[in-house]
Amino acid sequence: MAAALAVQALAKRYGKVQALHGVDLEVADGELVGLLGPNGAGKSTLMKIACGLVRPTGGSAFVNGARAGTSKARAGLGYLAEFFRFPGWMSAEELLTLHQQLAGSPGGQDERTRLLELVALADARNRAVEAMSKGMQQRLGIAQALVGSPKILLLDEPTSALDPVGRRTVRELLEEVRSRGVAVLLNSHLLSEVELVCDRVVILLGGKVVAEGTTAELAHPRGIEIETDQGTRLVEGAKREDTPALVQAEVAAGRKVYGVRVLSSTLEEVYLEAVQGETS
Amino acid sequence: MTTVIRYAIGEAVRRKVFLVVLVLTLIFLGLDALANHYIFGDLSHFHPPEDVHVDVRTFAASFVIGMSMFATLFLGVVLAVFLTLGAVSGDAERGLLQPIVVRPIGRRSMLLARFFAAAGVCVVYVLVVYFVALVITGTEGSWWPHSIVAPGLLLAAAVVVMTAISLLGSVFLAGTANGIAIFMLFIAGLVAGLLGTIGHALGSHTISHAATVAAWVLPFEALYQDALHQLVAGTHGFTTFLLQLGPFGGSYNSGWGVRGWAAAYLVMVGAAALTAFARRDL
Repeated sequence: MAAALAVQALAKRYGKVQALHGVDLEVADGELVGLLGPNGAGKSTLMKIACGLVRPTGGSAFVNGARAGTSKARAGLGYLAEFFRFPGWMSAEELLTLHQQLAGSPGGQDERTRLLELVALADARNRAVEAMSKGMQQRLGIAQALVGSPKILLLDEPTSALDPVGRRTVRELLEEVRSRGVAVLLNSHLLSEVELVCDRVVILLGGKVVAEGTTAELAHPRGIEIETDQGTRLVEGAKREDTPALVQAEVAAGRKVYGVRVLSSTLEEVYLEAVQGETS
Repeated sequence: MTTVIRYAIGEAVRRKVFLVVLVLTLIFLGLDALANHYIFGDLSHFHPPEDVHVDVRTFAASFVIGMSMFATLFLGVVLAVFLTLGAVSGDAERGLLQPIVVRPIGRRSMLLARFFAAAGVCVVYVLVVYFVALVITGTEGSWWPHSIVAPGLLLAAAVVVMTAISLLGSVFLAGTANGIAIFMLFIAGLVAGLLGTIGHALGSHTISHAATVAAWVLPFEALYQDALHQLVAGTHGFTTFLLQLGPFGGSYNSGWGVRGWAAAYLVMVGAAALTAFARRDL
């Protein structure tokens, strides 16, 4: 069975700027992958190629087995651009109806109601887009991307304008979408969000993949912290497997052990190390 | 495709394009009615040139209709440009286009739908304004042209050509730049028409030939000249006056050649727009 998104040796050049240098990436069905990297790393370009908005200069991209940009590929994806705008005069209901018609979705009123409830906009269904806050528009954008039950969602900075409650709503929404087998490629600068919801992360730098894996795989062990009746001490360099021996040694030395914590680097530390402090 | 056509028209309504054009149209028709009222109220002030062997009523009415046809063409082009100037680059810059073209409908259908929406609206608009202006002159002056329908259709075709050119321009240029470029092309066409009239008056074959070439390069002008010709083509005694009907280009009988060329031109411009849009990064 074809991956929801399969990208091989993908390259893109804008004039003199090489935005992507042979990127390989795969997103399986029901997998939530976080795409990280500094500004200008090529994240949005990669997403735009997958959507058919940008033509690659090399390599290939397939969405649900169909070449990216073809009608078949577009039929199976939902996309929210980083910089998007919907017609201000349309209500949320009208916008979703428009996208249902464009996507050929037979979902009708039931689908619109479900999607608006999913993004907590059920009460604003008749409100014009221009009367919505940026956060509400962003949530409406996610609802729009979900029209037609796509097999893969490509979300470019979907939480950039959201407050903490809005972010939580989106996080729960992403988890629900994943539980239904929908693949998600999430481009975000909010590392804490990515760490919380993503199964895997891919870090891009200068158009190349510089790190890839689960957060656990990417994290480096930072030692083990042991809390005893004589205080807390850090055993640097120790790994999770060393825990029983360390506890045993403490007990043998007559100390009472109250707590043990295996420390590893956070996603932020992994990211900063991968991008070597580059910002844009 | 009908979804995008409805969307495009809804967007135009919201941007008050129709309101602006409606106000301009009402002002034009009001002035046209006023001019007709005073012209036909006392025709004794008008004297056709000696080489034009027609009665003064025919002379005045055909002249006024010729002028109103130019105004109709101008307003039709204003509407066409406003409806299409930002269809691709303008909407892409504002982030309106991307959510639509990632849908299965695709770019080709999107662009064709935008063209049909704009062209459909412009054709209806031009025909309505043309016939209203005709009725005003017909009622006030008790004179009707030899051919009533053909000039209106040719005028509408001229606006459709401009719609296609504007849509092609929108693939490459941002909204404002495209609007300026299209109006400059429009003026270039009109100047070519004016040049033709001057060339004819001076008896300069070179100037007349240059004007003819320019009119065919921008066939909206050739269609406008053809429309003027159709207006009075069957009116006896008008032969030598035909060249003076319009303010920016007289009437020329280009026949089916220019109509066929305009159709081919439309297809070529459309193909160029579709090809360029298909290759454009958004």
